[in-house]
Amino acid sequence: MPLTPPAEPDPEPKMNWASFYAVISGVNRHSTGIGRIWLSVLFIFRILVLVVAAESVWGDEKSGFICNTQQPGCNSVCYDHFFPISHIRLWALQLILVSTPALLVAMHVAHRRHVDKRLYKLSGRTNPKDLEQIKTQKMKITGALWWTYVISLLFRIVFEVTFMYLFYMIYPGYKMIRLVKCDSYPCPNTVDCFVSRPTEKTVFTVFMLAVSGVCILLNIAEVFFLVGKACGKHLHTAGDSTMGVWIQQKLCSY
Amino acid sequence: MSWPVLYAQLVGANRHSTSLGKVWLSVLFIFRVMVLVVAAESVWGDEQSDFTCNTLQPGCENVCYDQFFPVSHIRLWCLQLVFVSTPTLLVAMYVSYRNHSDKKRLLQSSGRAGLLSNKGQEEDLETLKKRRLPVAGALWWTYACSLVFRLLFEGGFMYALYVVYDGFQMPRLVQCDQWPCPNLVDCFISRPTEKTIFTVFMATASSICMVLNMAELSYLVAKAVTR
Repeated sequence: MPLTPPAEPDPEPKMNWASFYAVISGVNRHSTGIGRIWLSVLFIFRILVLVVAAESVWGDEKSGFICNTQQPGCNSVCYDHFFPISHIRLWALQLILVSTPALLVAMHVAHRRHVDKRLYKLSGRTNPKDLEQIKTQKMKITGALWWTYVISLLFRIVFEVTFMYLFYMIYPGYKMIRLVKCDSYPCPNTVDCFVSRPTEKTVFTVFMLAVSGVCILLNIAEVFFLVGKACGKHLHTAGDSTMGVWIQQKLCSY
Repeated sequence: MSWPVLYAQLVGANRHSTSLGKVWLSVLFIFRVMVLVVAAESVWGDEQSDFTCNTLQPGCENVCYDQFFPVSHIRLWCLQLVFVSTPTLLVAMYVSYRNHSDKKRLLQSSGRAGLLSNKGQEEDLETLKKRRLPVAGALWWTYACSLVFRLLFEGGFMYALYVVYDGFQMPRLVQCDQWPCPNLVDCFISRPTEKTIFTVFMATASSICMVLNMAELSYLVAKAVTR
């Protein structure tokens, strides 16, 4: 996914990672600082690497998978036996699933804005400047939005860990082996099958795994940061509980 | 004419949807269209070139492939997504018809009065364009009809996929005896497990969309009944 526009004009816009980026990066405004770092890591070190490098490494995974037999069908069957789902597809699904909890936050912010607009209208403030301000103001991560944000972070962590576990189950040790031995029908007896580019695939698998780990750490740090911030605020306001402060808290923390 | 164009059309119609409708649109585009384009198309990319039969007889592979795959999954899903998205355009058409007739009425009444300034008229027309119509009356019926059509199309296509491919599982081996294949030959399908995984994924996403549509329909009916 090029971050700058391509050299020749694209006659047909494609539904691809670039448009996905446009959708997800809109959420960026309501994230914490760590959330923005996470989003950059996701797009630069995972999606960009996937599209620019990994897809060409796995491009010939089936055509380059060769078995030591001329028996028709043996290649297909052995490939299917050892690669139930390709790394590339697993990573694509992982990236889509890991990015979508951020949309929960976007939906909540949109809902809050809608409610604020209604409140403004009811209180008589129909000045278009005020309504514009609601659209552009940055929401504070307090109250129900805090919970939505933390839940979205927890979902992200769960999805990341689940996919890492799936990878480990399907491809033990995260290593791509050079040679597999296959005896499924119609292969005669046991045949040797050779995987294409095993070392390069191992390198990229380990790289994507490492970046996935970094993303998990960022998410955990963000959870701690939010929890710490909420605890700090709670301790600070526990002392003075005048009526005015109480009303302000209730209005702000819808 | 491609997916982003369809997306732009649907997002425009989305303004008059309920919240469930907006969630449905996101699920449709992220978990179905995006997954189709980014992942599924590459899994089915070599479906015919890697369909191998245990024979050297020319023409046998073509004939057997055609017998077992009358319509590819990818094409069925594309058709399903197009059909399922179009009822929303009914709503968009109704809204633009309403806006047009309201605009006409506004221009006629201001013409008769002759007192409204140009600026006042422009402001009114702008609010007309930007307003969000409440889902009531004829718009309610249009919206409910579009939901019913969506459900019918989703169910119809899922059923068609199930019937054509005898379930959602892709077999590894099929046996074919169409002419010109000599007697019975074994034919091997490429990447059957990966195809099964994606078929199940797309079927699940389709069911989630159906559930969302049913929930939206019940919500609309409940809202109308309480009113």
